[in-house]
Amino acid sequence: MSASTVEMAVETPVARPARPTPARIPLSRIVGVEFRKSFDTRSGFWLLAGIGILAVLATGAVILFAPDSAIDYETFATAFGFPMAIILPMVAILSITSEWSQRTGLTSFTLVPHRGRVILGKAIVALVVGVVSMLVAAAIGAVGNLLGSAITGVDTVWNVSALELGYIILANILGMAVGFMLGVLIRNSPGAIVAYFVYSLVLPTITSVLAQTQEWFADKQPWVDFNYAQGALFDGSVSGTEWAQLAVTSLFWLFIPLTIGIWAVLRSEVK
Amino acid sequence: MIKVESLTKKYGGFTAVDDVSFTAQPGRVTGFLGPNGAGKSTTMRIMVGLTPASSGTAEISGRRYADLPNPGLEVGVLLDASAQHAGRTGREILAIAAQTMGLPKGRVDEMLDRVSLTPSEAGRRVRNYSLGMRQRLGIATALLGDPDVLILDEPANGLDPAGIRWMRDLLRGYADQGGTVLLSSHLLHEIEVIADDLVVIGQGRIVAGGTKAELLAAAGTLVRTRDVPTLSRALVEADLHFSESTGALRVEADPDVVGEVALAAGVALTELRAADGAGLEEMFLELTAETQREGVAA
Repeated sequence: MSASTVEMAVETPVARPARPTPARIPLSRIVGVEFRKSFDTRSGFWLLAGIGILAVLATGAVILFAPDSAIDYETFATAFGFPMAIILPMVAILSITSEWSQRTGLTSFTLVPHRGRVILGKAIVALVVGVVSMLVAAAIGAVGNLLGSAITGVDTVWNVSALELGYIILANILGMAVGFMLGVLIRNSPGAIVAYFVYSLVLPTITSVLAQTQEWFADKQPWVDFNYAQGALFDGSVSGTEWAQLAVTSLFWLFIPLTIGIWAVLRSEVK
Repeated sequence: MIKVESLTKKYGGFTAVDDVSFTAQPGRVTGFLGPNGAGKSTTMRIMVGLTPASSGTAEISGRRYADLPNPGLEVGVLLDASAQHAGRTGREILAIAAQTMGLPKGRVDEMLDRVSLTPSEAGRRVRNYSLGMRQRLGIATALLGDPDVLILDEPANGLDPAGIRWMRDLLRGYADQGGTVLLSSHLLHEIEVIADDLVVIGQGRIVAGGTKAELLAAAGTLVRTRDVPTLSRALVEADLHFSESTGALRVEADPDVVGEVALAAGVALTELRAADGAGLEEMFLELTAETQREGVAA
């Protein structure tokens, strides 16, 4: 018996009153729900609170330990930038992978039966969280710069321009995008986090050793090494060539794997 | 109403769901019954779009699941009560679902009340919930949007007897108001007390289906005698199909027919009755005998 059809005996059922077809769930609501989901667990809350806390700690450490000559805004920006570069990608990774690792996707993807919309909602939330976090950290650093210079009695030095700050924010957003990409590609929290550290810490070490020892690679490095190409964003000025290098490397190291990951998310089975 | 047509799901060479078709009617509770690994959960995941089908279609209220604009308001789904973020509170899980569906906040408390989760329980994180509490929370999520259709995978798992009774009454009331309920189980007794219609699945294929009353009636006649060989011969001559189990014969015919055959053969009977007392269990084991893992002891 390979084909079997079952027809049930039909009694006259009590019909439920017909209701109007509900409206499609708007994207704004999906974004709102995803925003709430990134705050409403202890881990999510402390991850985001950690951004503020670490920015304060980093700023405090500069005031306490940096030599007077180094009390300028660039020092503060470097200090709060480091924890941001670690935490923000984690926020992006976990927003994706928890749907699989915690299996909440079973509910999320049945309430919104278009996974692409859920992923888009998450991407918007990650972008907003990233930009706001960086601005908050920048403000905390600015307060630290004022306090630090007042305490040490040196002139307050604002040696990071708005444009330079914009580049740093962009670099951090790219870091989040990498986390997002690894999230959709790997769909497992520990796996994606480990992959991120390999990607952002181990890989640059290997490429820099390679560049030092192999001349043929040193010439091509700006065009193949995504981490290296991002360096220009932290140097404060980005030339046309450097933008092109950033675009080429991000295509291979970010956008192509991101496309593959999203394609896999849309097609894979959610269990 | 749920309509499944020729649904097939293949994983490489393995066919998990093989040409499954059935309909779950409004106003009725349809039980989806089968041993573990028979394809129940896969079929249900395909219905709600979590697993892509290899071929075939599943429609809910006349539309594909992905075409429902706000599915939570039309279909209540509970596939796995444990699939929740362990770090969220029960109330928060309901609140997120309510927000997604665009429901007012008051709906969350109504549902907590409906599934008998107290405010203090609702405020606990799900990692501290028993399986029974998770099932109640899952059912609350499914009922949240007051949908026309419920799809529940093993909802009675982890509920105590009072909980199973509670769920039976809840689903009965739901169907009586015109709702369509599809629930799966690998336990017959659960399904037997709740369902109106049954779809039995084994190794991905539907092996039986119909109303519970029909399937019970089809169970035939139970007859006992001290002279089994003579009666067996007489039944074979009368062209009746039967099977032997624990000193009794199960005959696929009505009791009066069997009684007349026995009388003609001059066999004294010690028992003659409709076999529905034997319950659905025997039927279930029989129906799935060739397709289940253990094989039935003869």
